[in-house]
Amino acid sequence: MAALFYILAALSVISALTVVGARNPVTSVIALVVCFLSIAAHYVLLNAQFLAMVHVIVYTGAIMVLFLFVIMLLNLNKPDGPRKSLAMRLAAAVAGGLLFITLAAAVRQGVQIPPAAGFDPGVGLVRSVGHVLFTEFLLPFEVSSVLFLSAIVGVVMLAKKDKDGTDQATDITEAERARRAA
Amino acid sequence: MTLATALFLLVLFVITLTVAAYSTYAERKVAAFLQDRIGPDRAGPFGILQPLADGTKMFMKEDFIPAAANRRLFTLGPAIAMVTALMTGVVIPWGGELTLFGETFKLQGTDPEIGILYVFAIVSIGVYGIMLGGWASNNKYALLGSVRAASQMVSYELGLGLSIVALVMLNGTLSLGGIVEHQAANGWNILYQPLGFLIFLVCAFAETNRSPFDMPECETELVGGYHTEFSSMKLGFFLFAEYTNMFISSAVISTLYFGGYHVPGLDRLGLDPNLTTLIGTAALFAKTFFFIFFFMWVRWSTPRFRFDQLMNLGWKGLIPLGIANVLITGTVYHLVELWKG
Amino acid sequence: MSAPKPLTDRSRVVSDKRMTLMERIYLPAMVAGLLITIKHFFRRKPTIRYPEQERPRPAVYRGRHVLKRDEQGRERCTACGLCAVACPAEAISMVADERRPDEAHLYREEKYARIYQIDMLCCIYCGLCEEACPKEAIFLTDRLVKADHLRMPFVFGKDELVEPLDPAKRIDVSGRQTAAVLKFKQNPRYAHNR
Repeated sequence: MAALFYILAALSVISALTVVGARNPVTSVIALVVCFLSIAAHYVLLNAQFLAMVHVIVYTGAIMVLFLFVIMLLNLNKPDGPRKSLAMRLAAAVAGGLLFITLAAAVRQGVQIPPAAGFDPGVGLVRSVGHVLFTEFLLPFEVSSVLFLSAIVGVVMLAKKDKDGTDQATDITEAERARRAA
Repeated sequence: MTLATALFLLVLFVITLTVAAYSTYAERKVAAFLQDRIGPDRAGPFGILQPLADGTKMFMKEDFIPAAANRRLFTLGPAIAMVTALMTGVVIPWGGELTLFGETFKLQGTDPEIGILYVFAIVSIGVYGIMLGGWASNNKYALLGSVRAASQMVSYELGLGLSIVALVMLNGTLSLGGIVEHQAANGWNILYQPLGFLIFLVCAFAETNRSPFDMPECETELVGGYHTEFSSMKLGFFLFAEYTNMFISSAVISTLYFGGYHVPGLDRLGLDPNLTTLIGTAALFAKTFFFIFFFMWVRWSTPRFRFDQLMNLGWKGLIPLGIANVLITGTVYHLVELWKG
Repeated sequence: MSAPKPLTDRSRVVSDKRMTLMERIYLPAMVAGLLITIKHFFRRKPTIRYPEQERPRPAVYRGRHVLKRDEQGRERCTACGLCAVACPAEAISMVADERRPDEAHLYREEKYARIYQIDMLCCIYCGLCEEACPKEAIFLTDRLVKADHLRMPFVFGKDELVEPLDPAKRIDVSGRQTAAVLKFKQNPRYAHNR
């Protein structure tokens, strides 16, 4: 089991680095998918099957598909980004390095990871997750669903056309659009 | 993993591939019969060696990769499609318990608590094969096909999920083995969930990219859709994956709504338990084959939807229906509980 | 003015009215379609499995040609070229030659076709060559031309066109000798053929 954990951990770290480092955006997306899958595998190792599967369905199966979808349509397959000036690159390196040092210091001093004592293998099962969601975390759970509802309403507002054919998002009538197209 | 499980998975693998191979033959035969033809009948008696001939032909063809294609992703696409198609069969309960040499085996690869979610997760990954393959071809038809596939599958997963929610509420478990046992005790789910079954069926057609929802490979508009540029066994993998998906979704439909390996009244006959199990497995395969036939029957009977009609049906038709189904199921369930006291 | 009468009884007026609920849920139409196709599933198939079964061909069928011999086994063709002239597809070509004295048992006339070719891919099987032939040498038969992968095998030479010498293996063309043809042959102008 430990060997499996180390392989998965290495896989997730490498794929996460590839997401940032890859020049081709599609490669980045695939690396992110691999990263999510390996994280799902970590959940399985912790016997949190429900979480693992929901993670795969929601992130890998839906969100990343939409990411890939958008990247394909944007036609971003030019490998090089715009060239930055030397000063910009230097500044970025210094800022990034400082952030890294700060984080490393904070982690080394502040965060203490407690040993996994008394780990209950049943904690990730559907029954216990559901129980916790509908008792202890009922309020946040419901609030997040309200968040989703507002997102849905917003999307519908943006996509819906008015009765006179006006596009809400751009305020152009159908006739106007046809005129411009002509 | 015990040796028995490994052996079972191997057998399952072989059976899945065989069924998928013979589905291609069955598809051509069914198409022919529905159109007053007789179909392939040259390779062997009644043409039953046709899949071998097709496979040999696929292997012999030149494996062509377009110069402007992304070689790695071009190869990865069909591989993902095939692997994900084969992964789902593990959690389906193919039968009851079999006692051999004094040991009891269950005819199921594994029965995780979240069996249905596993099926969903794998299906939702399956779309990457089509998307990557289509994008990597560097061909506008292939790209359009893969974009269509992605939006179609993401949209119809919602309807699929909603129809399952009602089912899970009734059965009280996400495990496929548990659902079959619940049906054996309380009657098949189709009796309680006719609307849910309809939604599930329509979504299953869309998820497997089968007609009338085969927009991703719509010949009349997109040449070959996402597999326009594929040749040889890479194309073979895509086609094979489609038939494997069809087999698996037929098995899932039979398991979820038609009692799986359960045969009503078989327990009362007092047969040898092993025999009962084998009859159950045969029954599951009969149900599955019926649904495979149904998939083909629909394909050769109905014209294709237009893409905006497809999206309308998914978002404005099936999803509200699915939500209504969940509400109705919940209400009725609780009323019945109250009435029972 | 009244609308013109439709040519068939299958014409339908197209309308883009809003679909009713029954139409919009697609399912009734879907089921109707499925019922139609399943009826065809069990219907007897009209297919003829060709190499094993053959469709009966009429006696006057115009298929692969034959160059006839007369009763003594001599080729009737005298390479006059009328068939080639009559051919609308220009499928026939020939080279004429003079008969040597020792070949009198092979060729009926003093002039004969050393080479006689019909391109079976060009041929449209119209039968004009047969009509043009003054010697009753070329006939179309009810035999079929075998399929092949290449073009060359379809250029039939004399080896494939001339009927065998063996009287038992002669090609029967009596099928195309309808009553009208036989009556036509009674004309004294064609007495030389008998």
